Amino acid sequence: MTLEVDDLRVYYRTLKGDVQALDGVSFGLRDGEILGLAGESGCGKTTLGKALIRLDGRMKHVGGSVTLDGQVLPIGDDVKMNPYRFKQVSLIPQYSMSAMNPTRKIGRMVRELLESRREKLDLDELHARLDLVELPKDVLGKYPIELSGGMKQRMVMVISTLLNPSLLIADEITSALDVSTQKAVVTTLKGFRDRGFVKSMIFITHDISLTNQLADTIMVMYAGKLAEKAPASTVVNAPKHPYTQLLISSLPEVGVRYADKRLTGIPGNPPSLLDPVPGCRFRDRCPLAFEKCAEDPPPVEVEKDHVVACWKAA
Amino acid sequence: MLKLDGVTKVYRIGAFGGQTMTAVDEAGFEIKPGEVVSLIGESGSGKSTIGKMVLRLLPPTSGTISIDGRDVRQMGKRDYYRKVQGVFQDPFSSYNPVFKADRVFAMIREVYFKGVPDKEWTAKIEAALDAVRLSPGAVLNKFPHQLSGGQLQRLLIARALLLDIEYLVADEIISMLDASTRIDVLNLLADLKQRGLGVLFITHDLALGNYISERTVVLHKGRIVEYGPTDAVFEQPEHAYTRKLLASVPQLHTKWEDAS
Repeated sequence: MTLEVDDLRVYYRTLKGDVQALDGVSFGLRDGEILGLAGESGCGKTTLGKALIRLDGRMKHVGGSVTLDGQVLPIGDDVKMNPYRFKQVSLIPQYSMSAMNPTRKIGRMVRELLESRREKLDLDELHARLDLVELPKDVLGKYPIELSGGMKQRMVMVISTLLNPSLLIADEITSALDVSTQKAVVTTLKGFRDRGFVKSMIFITHDISLTNQLADTIMVMYAGKLAEKAPASTVVNAPKHPYTQLLISSLPEVGVRYADKRLTGIPGNPPSLLDPVPGCRFRDRCPLAFEKCAEDPPPVEVEKDHVVACWKAA
Repeated sequence: MLKLDGVTKVYRIGAFGGQTMTAVDEAGFEIKPGEVVSLIGESGSGKSTIGKMVLRLLPPTSGTISIDGRDVRQMGKRDYYRKVQGVFQDPFSSYNPVFKADRVFAMIREVYFKGVPDKEWTAKIEAALDAVRLSPGAVLNKFPHQLSGGQLQRLLIARALLLDIEYLVADEIISMLDASTRIDVLNLLADLKQRGLGVLFITHDLALGNYISERTVVLHKGRIVEYGPTDAVFEQPEHAYTRKLLASVPQLHTKWEDAS
């Protein structure tokens, strides 16, 4: 196991009280595994991604632990996390367009970045990796503004993985891209894993069809909790949690004729995470809800590697 | 019928407008009443520029846009907007957060329905809300932040319906909505087209275009590369660009590796 997350709880401090954005999530990630983290806005997927690398000022680590390669990550402590960032855990930010320092040429920026981590720049390795993502070597002598959006995205991907981190977090990196660029980015990420630049990866997205192209395992979250986690093909073809089932069946597809067929959405909205009522958080929108749903459904492994948090599935 | 004929838009860019950029190049297609036409393209392909020209927010550099044979430039804007309205991508920035969300209705009343008595107006609003499947109690008298993105977007469609419009320009209206709620807004468009509304559905998401539209226009760098019935465009694309686009779409049940 590369990564072990155990009962992780991260709340947002607000004037009205704590928003329980991540409320007891546990999962593991094997060496070489790509985990697709899917869910709707406000389900806690970005909070989980951020919790593994840097909590911002409003976020509070309430409980649970994160273990990476046998070491417990001090995620609640911003300063103690520093030695792990970039080397052990790295991040590709969503807005790569604005992720690079606009006042530095890219080559100098990369060198300074590595110096700040007390690492030496291996220029040959950098060139090899630029080759791999089909960027010319002379981008290092350019300013970020001279690159197109897709090139910037690829450059940031190279920088993020330069020190061969154990865990790479990619948060919604494709949502601002066109479909053809999306495909190139996803293929590159897969290549990084296959070449061993990164040991394991968490790919956060709201697009299940896209995550299925890349991920080995898909984890679906709902309202700060894990709903279902299973191998990608199982989540897509045979989901067990009612939320996953409804979500998958509401996705229109290319290559299907919809002359008279109607897809349906899920009525209602996710609950407020400010002091939520105990019990299954999906029960107000769930067609299968019954009395037992007033109790919290524990995540249960129904089959090998298939975890579902639902009373009806177990 | 809303018809675009040889519509071109050239933007002046650079300092003092020294350079030009052709955003839309000789675009021509038509929207019939009761039909959804989707306009598909990647970013920078000019799809939003076409939407803005249809809404008369931008004047075309050359070419004509006409409704039932009449050039839209000859119509007064007030009359034109009773026929054509638009809904845009971001529901949260379409509202003024200081005012209640239903102010968008009051603004319509001020311009178009000044003499209408209160009772009749209330009935009209309720009918429009009913058409977008919102209950008046849930959305009226609320501030924008108290409503969800889907509700806000549907309110904007209801606002357009108050005017008994004939055509709706829907520019990426569901890109910001969650997967579980976006399909309801899409189904709503399908209901409206049964009432005779013509919809220009602008999107970058091919799956959504495939689901909703009768005809599809594929735009690449300002040029129309493919135009025809949706089934034909998606099943037998003629242009290499369309084929490339379709091959890049992530599909739920097929992986890219298996497809090629």
